[in-house]
Amino acid sequence: MITAPLLQLNNTSALEDYNIKKEHPTDCIIALAGNPNVGKSTVFNALTGMHQHTGNWPGKTVTNARGICSHHGKKYILVDIPGTYSLLSHSKEEEAARDFLCYGNIDAVIAVCDATCLERNLNLVLQILEITPKVVVCINLMDEAKKKKIDIDQEKLSTLLGVPVVTTSAKRKAGLTKLMDTVEQLLSSPPTRAYCVTYPQPIESAISSLATYFQEENKTTARRTAKQLLEQNEFPKEFSQIENLENTWNHEKELLNEQYQTKEAFQDVIVSSLVKQAEKIGKAVLHFGNEAYETRDRKIDRLLTGKLTGIPLMLLLFAGIFWLTITGANYPSQMLSQLFTFLEKLFYAGCVHIGLPTWVCEMLCSGIFRVVGWIVSVMLPPMAIFFPLFTLLEDLGYLPRIAFNMDKAFQSCKACGKQALTMCMGFGCNAAGVVGCRIIDSPRERLIAVLTNSFVPCNGRFPTLIALITIFFAGSSPYSSLWQALYLTLAVALGVLMTFLVSRFLSKTILRGHPSSFALELPPYRKPNIGKILIRSVFDRTLYVLGRALAVAAPAGLVLWLCANVQIGSQTILTYISQFLNPFAGWVGLDGVILTAFLLGLPANEIVVPIMLMAYLSKGSLEEASSLLQMKAVFLENGWTQITAICTMVFCLFHWPCSTTLLTIKKETKSSKWMIVSALLPALVGLILCFLIHSVSRLFY
Amino acid sequence: MNLEFPLSQLPVGQSATVCQLQTSGSMRRRLQDLGIIHGTKIECVLKSPAGDPVAYRIRGALIALRKSDSKTILMNP
Ligand SMILES: Nc1nc2c(ncn2[C@@H]2O[C@H](COP(=O)(O)OP(=O)(O)OP(=O)(O)O)[C@@H](O)[C@H]2O)c(=O)[nH]1
Ligand SMILES: [Mg+2]
Repeated sequence: MITAPLLQLNNTSALEDYNIKKEHPTDCIIALAGNPNVGKSTVFNALTGMHQHTGNWPGKTVTNARGICSHHGKKYILVDIPGTYSLLSHSKEEEAARDFLCYGNIDAVIAVCDATCLERNLNLVLQILEITPKVVVCINLMDEAKKKKIDIDQEKLSTLLGVPVVTTSAKRKAGLTKLMDTVEQLLSSPPTRAYCVTYPQPIESAISSLATYFQEENKTTARRTAKQLLEQNEFPKEFSQIENLENTWNHEKELLNEQYQTKEAFQDVIVSSLVKQAEKIGKAVLHFGNEAYETRDRKIDRLLTGKLTGIPLMLLLFAGIFWLTITGANYPSQMLSQLFTFLEKLFYAGCVHIGLPTWVCEMLCSGIFRVVGWIVSVMLPPMAIFFPLFTLLEDLGYLPRIAFNMDKAFQSCKACGKQALTMCMGFGCNAAGVVGCRIIDSPRERLIAVLTNSFVPCNGRFPTLIALITIFFAGSSPYSSLWQALYLTLAVALGVLMTFLVSRFLSKTILRGHPSSFALELPPYRKPNIGKILIRSVFDRTLYVLGRALAVAAPAGLVLWLCANVQIGSQTILTYISQFLNPFAGWVGLDGVILTAFLLGLPANEIVVPIMLMAYLSKGSLEEASSLLQMKAVFLENGWTQITAICTMVFCLFHWPCSTTLLTIKKETKSSKWMIVSALLPALVGLILCFLIHSVSRLFY
Repeated sequence: MNLEFPLSQLPVGQSATVCQLQTSGSMRRRLQDLGIIHGTKIECVLKSPAGDPVAYRIRGALIALRKSDSKTILMNP
């Protein structure tokens, strides 16, 4: 008798990610598999009530998520796996997804398909059917198919495939109860006549002769194992215990080698059998009513990716978003800071009232409370506006177009155009951007994307940039907000430019190599669900930022206050540190306080400005810095010029990533070496740029 | 008769059928996964601002390919 683990080919260490334990023996594990961008996460969210991120571009989900769906009193553990075009494995992630379907202890698979592109999706469905017959085909995006007048004969498809087929429109939550009903039925009576992919005669006979060795297993598993064995170049030693198997394998392999000269030719036959059978099934069930359905999308594309219009529109779009963010954040920011100043006084009075010693009152109010207040009032409003806007672009389907527009530039840096997508993720959070780099297949290009991700400003740094621009470059003309938006666009453009230069540098030095293949799907434009975007991004972001503010800023505020107030000898600790750094900071147009702030800001970039303010306040005459105007006074009092502001902004763009990002990089690259490189690269770039700016400016003043 | 030409030369708005893939290794597999095999109809739909990559309609999906890759796909009119 052959035990199950013995049947596992390859190393399945990639499976760790997928290690799922049932809490109860009657729980069922259901995998959601399918091509990228077909709505797996949307189905998952609708069934589990969770909030996995969805987005209108392929590769949004890169880590698997699990959630619980109760249906008729039974518990189903759903697993949302990253989208994949096939199970024939290219990248580590696809291999992990396949191994999970093969060897994970799943009870059933929901194969999610895109109704508007069914034929290609069927290709994957057939591959899943080769692994297990316990499949429910879920044809999603039916609403779009209807609009495009694509008719699908659901019953015929179910008969042909031999497994149940359900149609859904997950975004509208239509068809999902039916889906779970069907899953329930499937589990109680597994399909007996699931479609069996057939191959040309020589392969078929080889498969059946090998399959005889696994008769204890069910038919599908035996066939699957036989086929996987045939795809190996060498006989796997895990199987050597099975008597005669190796001989048969050698014999069959020889026959196949005679028939198909190369491994490539063999692979071709396998793939084209699959594709052709999917095509045949597709032809039998699909009916297209309206061929010219996508003229609208093409018109938009001609503008957004046009030769003359593509890049300018992209810049304009970003500048527009920045402008909305800056102008929109201005007023709430003022309101919040007034509110916090007021609350601080109240809080202080309260502390005094309950009889706390003065220094404790000071510490709580000027330390913890103030830093939290600064973060909420300065950082929160820009984020609460920027993210819904950016998510809007994402849901519309614009992000892949950015990658499409920019790919040529990445190509000339010998990098991958999908890096543009990971950079877009980086706007939100560099750590998320780094994980997102998994969508890049080639390890070399992926590493480049990982190492350069922090060159785009994340949400912790955006507000710092905005605040500095507002303070030092606002001007008083009625168009000042337009200028601010322009400056911010320039700052981001500088980040992008440096990404290119550094990517190129890496490709020429430590990560030498050629650009690898690139295939990027451009999804149709989709109407975003504005209400949902608002709720999700404001809530996700607001709660996230507030949480982070409390978790990092409150203790940081305490430590800072202590540093700024505890005297050793005649000076505070903060003064010691900043004086120590002063000479060095002077070379690059900064001062000791700024550099200290960036160093201490390692846990979260959000606290950099508060650290600076706290340090300046402790040694200056000014008492308050709640509004931007007061902040300006504080900065000016401490010798800031516009050059200092520029250098600080440049250094804010290019220094070390925050500690979360660094740890993520270490985890993703599995190496501390690359983590260190990823910290040194931007820091060096920042220091060099600041040094240049400072030196050049000295020539003029 | 030999009318074969690489996919990269297909003008926007026109379509042709695949007759041969000249790549090997991972790109060959990628292309095959997207359904590009002998006999697949491909339409050239959209050029990016720099003229490379170009988006093609392949089995209902819009897929952007780089010239260096599309050059290796031989087409029949
Ligand atoms: N019109 C319509 N849009 C849908 C439907 N289901 C999902 N979408 C949209 O399709 C896009 C992709 O959805 P996701 O759930 O992120 O897709 P996914 O399969 O998880 O994608 P990856 O994680 O990239 O593999 C999103 O913009 C969804 O809002 C549907 O039934 N109808
Ligand atoms: Mg997803």
